[in-house]
Amino acid sequence: MFRLFGIRGGVHPEEHKHPTASRPIETLPLPERLCVPLAQHIGAPAEAVVKIGQRVLRGQLIGSGQGRVSAPVHAPASGKVVAVDDLPAPHPSGLPVLSVVIEPDGAQDDADHPVPSDPLAMAPEAIADFVSRAGIVGLGGAAFPSAVKLNLGLSGGAHTLIINGGECEPYLTCDDRLMRERAEAVIDGVRIMRHASGAEVALIGIEDNKPSAIEAMRQAAAGDDAVQVVAVPTRYPMGSEKQMVQALTGREIPAGKLSAQLGVVLHNVGTAYAVHRALRQGRPLVSRIVTVGGGAVREPRNFEVPIGTPLKALFDACGGFAETPDRVLMGGPMMGQWMPSLEVPVVKGTSGVIALTAAEVRKHPVQPCIRCSRCVEACPVGLLPLEMASRIRKSDYDAAGKLGLTDCIACGSCSWVCPSNIPLVHFFNFAKGELVARRAAEERTSGLRELAEKRQVRLEKEARIKAEKAAQRKRERQARAEAKAAAEREAKKQAREEQKQEEEA
Amino acid sequence: MNTPLPPITSSPHGHQGGDTAVLMRRVIYALLPAIAGYVWYFGWGIVINILIAVVAALLAEAAILRLRGRPVAPSLGDGSAALTAVLLAFALPPLAPWWLPTIGALFAIVFAKQLYGGLGHNPFNPAMAGYVLLLISFPREMTSWLPPTTVSEYFPGLRDTLGYVFFGHLPHGLSLDAVTAATPLDTVRSAVGIDAALDELRQTSPLFGMAGGHGWTTVNALLLLGGAWLLWQRIITWHVPVAMLGTLFGLALLFWLFDPQHNPTPLFHLFSGAAILGAFFIATDPVSGATTPRGRLLFGAGCGALTFVIRTWGGYPDGVAFSVLLMNMAAPLLDHYSRPRIYGHPRRRPRR
Repeated sequence: MFRLFGIRGGVHPEEHKHPTASRPIETLPLPERLCVPLAQHIGAPAEAVVKIGQRVLRGQLIGSGQGRVSAPVHAPASGKVVAVDDLPAPHPSGLPVLSVVIEPDGAQDDADHPVPSDPLAMAPEAIADFVSRAGIVGLGGAAFPSAVKLNLGLSGGAHTLIINGGECEPYLTCDDRLMRERAEAVIDGVRIMRHASGAEVALIGIEDNKPSAIEAMRQAAAGDDAVQVVAVPTRYPMGSEKQMVQALTGREIPAGKLSAQLGVVLHNVGTAYAVHRALRQGRPLVSRIVTVGGGAVREPRNFEVPIGTPLKALFDACGGFAETPDRVLMGGPMMGQWMPSLEVPVVKGTSGVIALTAAEVRKHPVQPCIRCSRCVEACPVGLLPLEMASRIRKSDYDAAGKLGLTDCIACGSCSWVCPSNIPLVHFFNFAKGELVARRAAEERTSGLRELAEKRQVRLEKEARIKAEKAAQRKRERQARAEAKAAAEREAKKQAREEQKQEEEA
Repeated sequence: MNTPLPPITSSPHGHQGGDTAVLMRRVIYALLPAIAGYVWYFGWGIVINILIAVVAALLAEAAILRLRGRPVAPSLGDGSAALTAVLLAFALPPLAPWWLPTIGALFAIVFAKQLYGGLGHNPFNPAMAGYVLLLISFPREMTSWLPPTTVSEYFPGLRDTLGYVFFGHLPHGLSLDAVTAATPLDTVRSAVGIDAALDELRQTSPLFGMAGGHGWTTVNALLLLGGAWLLWQRIITWHVPVAMLGTLFGLALLFWLFDPQHNPTPLFHLFSGAAILGAFFIATDPVSGATTPRGRLLFGAGCGALTFVIRTWGGYPDGVAFSVLLMNMAAPLLDHYSRPRIYGHPRRRPRR
């Protein structure tokens, strides 16, 4: 039996998974327009390589990755590029993001992408290159370019690849359904990634509230000792990177470091599936599985969705809203983000879109902290949320930082249990922003100071050089004058001698 | 389908449910069995004390909130003032003049709680601050305890009790001294003071029951029941009760084994006086206690040790109130030096 390790704290929110967990993944009809943002990942945005009016094929490159940490973007459907414009991002701010708008023509002609004959015989670097060109990013939500992580594992001598099938957020079942229905493909992707990251063993961690997924994955991985499926206890936030690593290896990722430090790289099951698609079928990342859920949705279900589909199309396909939602979220209720409109698109990191009713949200008025320290018990990191919040209330962000603010993973467990309904995560996000802004300001002033110091040095050097040159010129002038005087004396002497000789003569 | 969306909100978009009022109410529910037991053994006094204290506390809270310009309704609704009053009433003798719970509740709410900033900001347990004020100011009234009805010939009925509470006299020309008796803790203390053997006392005095005093044992068992329910409901954690009672038991055991004639049994320590009330209902007050797991263990152990010290060598028969207040002072320090290790950080001593 595989040895599991405990994680600290955590909570047990109601799962709400059954409405979607029991239904197979369906294909969403193509919407009228697809808005594909060029910045869907962590790192530099992609740069558009298509023109308005141009016809694109499904899987054709429409945005090329820029720099080392970036990811290209491909057309999710064949059709016509009708705009390359700033459109609202799927983010609470709704700030504009440069997007390519495609009107699908329904032909679904695929762009031609060659597939390697045997990915497992390729050089690991070549696989990472393939993954990078397929635009694959972490599908768990963070959307970090996967190839960068694979290379980090390879260069850091990773021994363990962890595939995260935790899916600890309530409502979300996209990974569950994926593992149940396409286990063979996921396991194939895992094998390719294990090879690419140079790890000896791949551990697939799945919360034990998904017995069917565990069973399907075990069957698909049967006979391969290098790929192990491990059932982990169901406890939020088990699917967080730090907690999953701790539960499976018993080790903690050092503060401020990456898991590669421990010889561990971690990817999501959806990412493994995307890798399989890219290397076996030549299909870049142009679609993903999305859970459409929440009490306000008439018929919640899972869809395979082209990237760029507006949220409205997903809810429409579920029969619309049974009641007016209190809020619409991208991601799960614990860490998901509030969406400013239903026109924003599904992106690579969208695991679910959730429409919650007011009864599900359970908004209560905020009361004073009674220091009950349920937040301390719930925190999986070992922080003292109540103490940090009291510092932040007094705008003492540095004190909050010393209490470990930057170690907070914003999982929301503290706010979830707080009997006084204090929005602790909101406090922490705000204070983290303040700390970052302050550091940036400090860097700016120290940068200015540095520039001023350099200028001073430069001016002094110039003055010194000037003075030296002046001295040099003076010396030269003197030398010239002396030489001239000497020459004149010589000439006079000669003249006198000549005169003498003439007189004598 | 045009959906109006609310202003920006931050994650998590959900909550476990419940609020502080639910917590406070449940603590009061947990006291109900013990209140019933109290009435059975000591008459209606406790109920009247509770009612007077609650009314005084709520009026005081409302008045001072108005003076502070704060909204009154939410604070009265959170149940914290009522809980303070109930806990204070639990510590008072069953036959007490009406002004005793009134003064105690006023002091607890106005001085110990609201002048420090209200709920969540008081460094001291308000109920215990009110109790200690009364104990120091009115020692005669505060030590006039009734013996349990099972050993006393006189049982004050509801009318007798009301008559004493509001008019200060008992029927049939009875004087207070005639009906009150020392508590078991007090009896033991005096006995040890004159170097009497405890075995003898236990056999001659009708006050002593199975583990602690007669009647007291039952009331304390009912408090233990309520405390267990609080644990089961996750209103409190095990740290403080286990540490406090464990320390008290351990110290008492040590001394009892050393000299059983001059030290009461460990069970007597637990089941007499306020040890169990203190361990489950007083020292677990979140506001004035420690907040980290290790801090709570130390806090509880400190309460237990100080209670034993005061009972054995101090000037009062019981010491729970003083020990809790003393440990309240130490709580910030305990919190500072018992912070949990943060994920991904090496073990090390906390720095300032």
